[in-house]
Amino acid sequence: MFAAFDNFPALLIWLPLAGGLLSFFIKSASGARTTALITSFLILGVMAVALCYADSKYYMLNQVSYVWLPNVGSSFGLILDGLTRLLCLLTALVFPVVFLLVPADRYENANRFFGLMLLAQCGLMGVFMATDALVFYLFWELALIPVYFLSSIWGGERRIKATFKFFVYTFLGSLFLLVGILYMHLKTSTGSFSLVAFYNVQLSLAEQYWLFFLFFIAFAIKMPIFPLHTWQPEAYEQAPTPVTMVLSGVMVKMGLFGLLRWLLPLFPMAVRHFNTAIIITIVIGMIYASLVAIRQDNIKRLIAYSSIAHIGLMAAGAFTLRDVAMHGLVLQMFNHGINIVALWAVADIVEKQTGVSSISGLGGVAKKAPMLAIFAVIAAFANIALPLTNAFVGEFMIFNGLYQFKPWVAALAGVSIVLSAVYTLNMVKNVFFGAVAVSVGEFKDINKWQVFVLASLTFLIFAVGIYPAPFFKMIYETVGLIVNRFVTI
Amino acid sequence: MNAIIVAALWGVLMMYVGFMTKEKRTVSIIALIGILAVLVSNWLEYVGLSFFMIDTKGMLAYNSFGLIFNTVILFATFLYFVLSAKEIEEAGRTPSDLYALLFFILSGIAVIAGFRSLLTLFIGIEIVSIPLYVLAGSNKQDLRSNEAALKYFLMGSFSTGLMLMGIAFLYGDTGTFFVEGINAGVTVLSPMKIIGFVLLLASMSFKVSAAPFHFWTPDVYDGSPTVFTSFMATIVKAAGFFAFLKLFESAFGKIQTEWQLLVAIIAALTLIIGNITAVFQQSVKRMLSYSSIAQAGFMLLGVFALNVYAKQGMILYFAAYSIATIVIFSVLGKLKDHTIEAFNGMGKKEPMVSLALLIAFLSLAGIPLTAGFFAKYYMLLAVIKDGGMLWLAAIAILGAAVSVYYYFRVLQAIYFKQPTEGEAIPFSKGFRWSILVASLILILLGIHPDWVTLLL
Repeated sequence: MFAAFDNFPALLIWLPLAGGLLSFFIKSASGARTTALITSFLILGVMAVALCYADSKYYMLNQVSYVWLPNVGSSFGLILDGLTRLLCLLTALVFPVVFLLVPADRYENANRFFGLMLLAQCGLMGVFMATDALVFYLFWELALIPVYFLSSIWGGERRIKATFKFFVYTFLGSLFLLVGILYMHLKTSTGSFSLVAFYNVQLSLAEQYWLFFLFFIAFAIKMPIFPLHTWQPEAYEQAPTPVTMVLSGVMVKMGLFGLLRWLLPLFPMAVRHFNTAIIITIVIGMIYASLVAIRQDNIKRLIAYSSIAHIGLMAAGAFTLRDVAMHGLVLQMFNHGINIVALWAVADIVEKQTGVSSISGLGGVAKKAPMLAIFAVIAAFANIALPLTNAFVGEFMIFNGLYQFKPWVAALAGVSIVLSAVYTLNMVKNVFFGAVAVSVGEFKDINKWQVFVLASLTFLIFAVGIYPAPFFKMIYETVGLIVNRFVTI
Repeated sequence: MNAIIVAALWGVLMMYVGFMTKEKRTVSIIALIGILAVLVSNWLEYVGLSFFMIDTKGMLAYNSFGLIFNTVILFATFLYFVLSAKEIEEAGRTPSDLYALLFFILSGIAVIAGFRSLLTLFIGIEIVSIPLYVLAGSNKQDLRSNEAALKYFLMGSFSTGLMLMGIAFLYGDTGTFFVEGINAGVTVLSPMKIIGFVLLLASMSFKVSAAPFHFWTPDVYDGSPTVFTSFMATIVKAAGFFAFLKLFESAFGKIQTEWQLLVAIIAALTLIIGNITAVFQQSVKRMLSYSSIAQAGFMLLGVFALNVYAKQGMILYFAAYSIATIVIFSVLGKLKDHTIEAFNGMGKKEPMVSLALLIAFLSLAGIPLTAGFFAKYYMLLAVIKDGGMLWLAAIAILGAAVSVYYYFRVLQAIYFKQPTEGEAIPFSKGFRWSILVASLILILLGIHPDWVTLLL
């Protein structure tokens, strides 16, 4: 059943699983952290090697198909193609960053904390690589369970309620997804769950319409898209920051990924029919979220709302069905992950040192911690997509697509980018500059590990911003396949 | 056939064991050997080795569906005996009597597993029900237990009355008690058949506590000694469902399109009422009795669809639901306090038991990689395959989402709340390991449901 381990997708699944299970049995906190660090760097290493073997002649190294439930019609199928390579790289990058930033003594029962984190990584990798709808669904849920426990055990004061809301929301969404998957399964000619078989299903227009919504609700809740976003600010604020990094950096990409891999190619006619309405809703949500973000005093809530706006832009880009927007969106998924993790890292460092997470309670951090301030400003610039930063490339291309779709939509969406500059810069100004607040009096600049982490993230921000070509080369073929589904109808 | 006779004989043996030994442990061990004997003899019949050749004139016949159902049930009972032996020993002055009654119930279930005539169905159901009335009232000092027994008895005999009446009408219409005879060659429904059918539907709904015939369930389940509630809510309920499914398939399969809407409405009502009422419960025991109604709603989807997925799913559902519920009840039976607060902070004090409870609750909620997920998966697949009434699937998933709310409340108490001061919970080392192993079965079935479904 579990044969071949000598290919990349298998390693990317089994390494975090094994490391996570191992962590549970390591009693000492620092031991558990070391295990988690080693595991996550091993995964990053595997990912790096996998990038070198991306050529199609190494096909056998990049796909897995275990016999799992032949009678049910499901096989344990995984694949590393252009799209998943980028997202798995993001996942592989985010986890070491998180582990480096979390000292072993921060959380009680650290072994469980690191164990659950690695299990979440396993789930995320599985979601991105699954080529079988049932496997996709399993991982989709499995990524959720560890995060639920992480947030509920180690989160803030109102954690239990906030996390539970998040859980019920996503669980309901995924049940709709399950019904959709089952319906598609029964429609396939071979009684299979594989992506290829799903692509070949002939659906009537009416079927496409309601199946579209079964899938779309699940993905929209996960992203989240206005008006299904109400779980998100609360959950981000209440979750411990390392978990929030995973949630906002990687987990929300599950929804976008779901759009690209499942929703758009499976129901092209329905997508064409509904896309204008959906884009308009999303754009309204973007402006709404940006306006709310301006009014936030809590840094974490501000980043949460800002994330709704940015994710909204990507989702809108997906629904334009324009080639350029698709490429930009896929790159931007990666960029957004890097940028928001950098922002959270800064917010976390500030909050842990001062114990304050409200903007009004902080000020003048730059005087005490110039290094941190530099990284914070760069992350903020990346968040508002200034040229030379990675987000500029991605968001520019998405806007290009939006403009081709309808110029006034692009104009409206542009408002949210302007607003994003308002709240991001406002936050940077009030937290890092101005008079030194009482809470900041004892602030120490960041240590060498934190410098290492933030510097690596900053390097990625500029590297992708200046020379994105290798990334486009990586995703070119896969995105082309998705876009082709629309050309033919 | 093996299971009927071995179980009945072992029941008689258990009664005599009460005279021979006063040592309660010994009684439990003999019962455990007995259940293994029944399990093995039943399995031998599945592989083709029947000990007894008795001519029942075709009123009892075993196919693989019935035998696999029986095996699953017996296995669940085995787990139940292992996990709840201590409570059975303490439930009455002479546990041997209680064990004897339990074996008689198993014998009755084995009759249900093979019925081909309405009369054997009736006899099977009665053999199951009458010992249950006694078990419900086995705590003689407790008024609530007495009340539960009386209520159960009155409601049970009422529904039995309905069933007999229904059988009489069907006999009047077709002139036979055999299910094939009732199913055969009907194209026009006579009023007599309709009345008979509706009466049988009502009585079966009573037995499986489907809405709107569920009102007895919470009171009876709550009032009975916890250890027997566990048995009633799992093994007996599964037997009821098996009878329901088999009766409707074999006797009314041809007129499925006529009654599908009726069953769909009952299923929808059961799902809605069970799930919504469970949300408001403060006692875990009462919550589980409403949850058993909600789960019954899901199993009714199988009766509704009656296709190949429904049958496979039903067997898996019996296993998933029974094992998870037995695990939870076995812990509940050891706690004096049945409120949710009693579980506060258990994750810190009892990691192994808590992990088992976690898996059991996740399975009941239908989270992937537990048996409960594939159980629900098959039920949904059966409904969608049927195709006619997709709204039923929508209600089912809304119900499943609501069910997360009340199942997770217990999990939140276990893992996220601080423990209350108080005496340590008396879990023995053996119990900790056996409950963990029992819950791991749920994971195994969640990874590989084919091990059960392919036996059919």
